[in-house]
Amino acid sequence: MNMPLAKTETASAVPVARPAATVLPLQIKRAPFRERAIARAITIAEHLLPPIIVLTIALVVWEILCGRPGATLPPPSQVLSETWELIVDPFYDRGGIDKGLFWHLSASLQRVAVGYCLAALAGIALGTLVGQSTWAMRGLDPMFQVLRTVPPLAWLPLSLAAFRQGQPAAIFVIFITAIWPIIINTAVGIRNIPQDFRNVAAVLRLNHLEFFWKIMVPSAAPYIFTGLRIGIGLSWLAIVAAEMLIGGVGIGFFIWDAWNSSRISEIILALVYVGVIGFILDRIVALLATIVTRGTAAN
Amino acid sequence: MKGYLKVDHVGKTFNKGAHATEVLTDITLTIEKGEYVSIIGHSGCGKSTLLNIVAGLITSTTGGVLLEEREVNEPGPDRAVVFQNHSLLPWLTVYDNVSLAVNKVFSGTKSRAERHDWVMHNLELVQMTHAKDKRPGEISGGMKQRVGIARALAMEPKVLLLDEPFGALDALTRAHLQDSVMAIHQKLGNTVMMITHDVDEAVLLSDRIVMMTNGPAARIGEILDVPLARPRKRLELAGNQTYLKCRQRVLEFLYERHRFVEAA
Repeated sequence: MNMPLAKTETASAVPVARPAATVLPLQIKRAPFRERAIARAITIAEHLLPPIIVLTIALVVWEILCGRPGATLPPPSQVLSETWELIVDPFYDRGGIDKGLFWHLSASLQRVAVGYCLAALAGIALGTLVGQSTWAMRGLDPMFQVLRTVPPLAWLPLSLAAFRQGQPAAIFVIFITAIWPIIINTAVGIRNIPQDFRNVAAVLRLNHLEFFWKIMVPSAAPYIFTGLRIGIGLSWLAIVAAEMLIGGVGIGFFIWDAWNSSRISEIILALVYVGVIGFILDRIVALLATIVTRGTAAN
Repeated sequence: MKGYLKVDHVGKTFNKGAHATEVLTDITLTIEKGEYVSIIGHSGCGKSTLLNIVAGLITSTTGGVLLEEREVNEPGPDRAVVFQNHSLLPWLTVYDNVSLAVNKVFSGTKSRAERHDWVMHNLELVQMTHAKDKRPGEISGGMKQRVGIARALAMEPKVLLLDEPFGALDALTRAHLQDSVMAIHQKLGNTVMMITHDVDEAVLLSDRIVMMTNGPAARIGEILDVPLARPRKRLELAGNQTYLKCRQRVLEFLYERHRFVEAA
């Protein structure tokens, strides 16, 4: 009921008064530096506070639970005091396996790096093959599906028998652990290249190499990186277990050694380091993915 | 019968196991140089299949396609396609999408600077130079289709194949883009084969309209000449007798004689 009334009002008003529109310069108000700094600090605090609070609560609960007499595990305060030497000096080296945590972690990381890089290369190559050729898929896929369910450590005895040395055997375990998700995701990525892109390539008569670099790799990159991220997580999981059995320098054996000498606090410290490094590795691959796919991964 | 592009007794049967579906039967069509020919028919009548056969993206079961007296049976830049859903590579900028085609087609004949100028020239034709550094995800559907057209034009094709190029666009954008295509056709005199299901679009743009019967085993039902002078103006044609007659003729064909049976 209000509509027609409002309409006639505006209709009569329009011809009467129509002042020339004045253009107002748009004034961008910049908040003073102090206010912006405060606003920024608040945003940061909003993101940092929750994890800090939760962590504190967890530590307090742990302290209470394990601080009682007769507790089997040490409370955080005891962990800190017992491992202080390891925390402040991760670089000491007294020969043999009596080294700082830095050396153990770097030995593990080196094994993972070699095994994982080999897995990435072989996995992307095999995945491309399986994704591109129906024949290769039919031939290889059943084998992949069976082999990928074999637990990483089950490969270790076979690997030791073949290589007769701890180092290459551990690297092989990493390789065989990380390769499956990389193969499978790459194959899915290649398979999912839209027919339109293939048509564009056909009309342009791109040769195989051009097709590979200009269509296949960018189009499948988001899938490939999903595989690479799962792969790096799995390799880091496998290395700790493999090193426990192989011995020598490495974070896995460090944990096993600590257990054998009942140094529970050192185990806990090592677990924290393993977790943090696993997280960093995952972030690195994720960062690499954003850089390579230039943020078009969502498409 | 000379003809620039000849579709000669083309038939296509798709085999799926023991089950065979005949999609196209005995399609014969001659397109002259500089002619704008539309192919119209109900969905599922195989008009896109016909375009894909001309493009070389699928092979015909019987018959063949001749371009300048030469048989074509594989895809190539001499028959550039503007795909319905633009098919721009999302990881490349607008400029790079066009230059991918230009660099491939003119790698031996044009210098680097000439190729750059040619990319920019084609982006200018479709009025897209302002967005040359944007990625397809950052521009509108109409703009993407413009870039698709620029990419096809940049290959300097002998025949431009348009596969329902305006199908995915809203009505206003579509009209705007149709005008652009008309202007480009006027200026460059391309030979165009366009698939459409829009009667007004077909009459407005084409010199001839090829009407297809319903599938399976679709044939050419009728070919209609559109004797309207160019350049054509959308608004002036709205009341033009010839325009209305042509429109009527196509509508009759599609909705009386070859009604789409599955349509509810």
